Amino acid sequence: MALAQKTKEAFLGPLNVNNPVLVQILGICSALAVTVQLKPALVMGISVTIIVALSNVVISLIRKSIPMRIRIIVQLVVVAALVTIVSEILKAFAYDVAMQLSVYIGLIITNCILMGRLEAFAMTNNVKDSLLDGLGNGFGYAIILVIVAFVRELLGSGKLLGFQIIPDSWYVANGGCYENCGMMLMPAMALILVGCVIWAHRSINEEKK
Amino acid sequence: MAKQYVCKVCGYVHTGDKAPDVCPQCQQTNCFEEKKTKRFSTDSNVYTIVYATVIVIIVAVLLSLVHSVLKPMHDENERLDTQKQILVALNQDITQGNPSQLYADIVKEDSILINGEKKVYYIATLDNTQKLVVPLKGQGLWGAIWGYVALDEDKNTIFGINFGHEGETPGLGGEIVTENFRRRFFGKHIKDAEGNLRSVAVLKEGKKAPEGQDQVDAWAGATITSTGVNDMLYNSLNQYKAILGEE
Repeated sequence: MALAQKTKEAFLGPLNVNNPVLVQILGICSALAVTVQLKPALVMGISVTIIVALSNVVISLIRKSIPMRIRIIVQLVVVAALVTIVSEILKAFAYDVAMQLSVYIGLIITNCILMGRLEAFAMTNNVKDSLLDGLGNGFGYAIILVIVAFVRELLGSGKLLGFQIIPDSWYVANGGCYENCGMMLMPAMALILVGCVIWAHRSINEEKK
Repeated sequence: MAKQYVCKVCGYVHTGDKAPDVCPQCQQTNCFEEKKTKRFSTDSNVYTIVYATVIVIIVAVLLSLVHSVLKPMHDENERLDTQKQILVALNQDITQGNPSQLYADIVKEDSILINGEKKVYYIATLDNTQKLVVPLKGQGLWGAIWGYVALDEDKNTIFGINFGHEGETPGLGGEIVTENFRRRFFGKHIKDAEGNLRSVAVLKEGKKAPEGQDQVDAWAGATITSTGVNDMLYNSLNQYKAILGEE
């Protein structure tokens, strides 16, 4: 690829070796709340990706004009505005999901990944790199949400995206020998699963070194 | 504004339109250069305040623009959501078919004036019996809670009920929307034997409601939300006394 090393790193780093959730352990709180089912997790992942990419671009564009003393406030205002817009759009076009995600869309504002990227990257880098960095971090976050939600929905309610995957006849109630794992629906399970993913991720990366 | 000139040799400052040829202090010639006004700084107070104001105004305009463009869709979604909530209160399956059509088929909206205020209620026809649906509004722990209660033809027995909430604690207060909780109300009576409106008490397990009042168990661990549901039922039903035919 003709891209500069740094540009490449901005996008690919957060997907694996510098993953915001797995390595920096950021944004855990929302990972816990929205991963009971796959659909809200997907929507949340996409929303965060869009917001972190756009706010990175906006902050990168105006980075030279921002007064240093109120830079965090300016970053927050930009993020809050974008989050509100995304939440309005969701309410208009995906009302059910918006209701399901309820406060968590609003809480993207306080997602540490966003502030972290704005402060650490967008404030000092050009627009193109910032966009890629935002996309990379957003995807990095979304991947983890989707992995966790996949396991939780499949084992917790036997469904994926709302469709029944485990055949009905397997269930104890219908004479089978299978039962959904209620533990998976508990918030704590999200943390345990994230822990497992981190474990796998670290041992794979360890081998590479 | 008059410009300022500084002598490069001795630092003498001359104020005027033109640099003097000879410095009056050190007698050097051609030693003056114009004093540059301080470079524009992004850290000055004025700049910071102006910047903040401009940003806030831009964002405010942008947000109100987005909101007014999407408002009709929000309203439509809310209307559909209300219809679904009423259908759930009537124990209808809304996962199949077209809820909007079903709503149009069985539910009629009506209203009465109570103390000059328009109060909306709904009449549904199910299996040739009329159900009266009364909207409920109240306060939970963190925000608003609401619901719809469907009453049988005797305007006394609860046929079905549905709750919604803005942001009650998931797993605790948020559980009032579950069928497990709603089911507790089915078949309860909102009036006592004399026909006085008493509502249904939502009480912790083990507590007894006063004589003549029906009760259901509160949701364990969600005391304040349950109390909210209790008050909501009482207050909202009382507002509709006129149509509940209290004797």
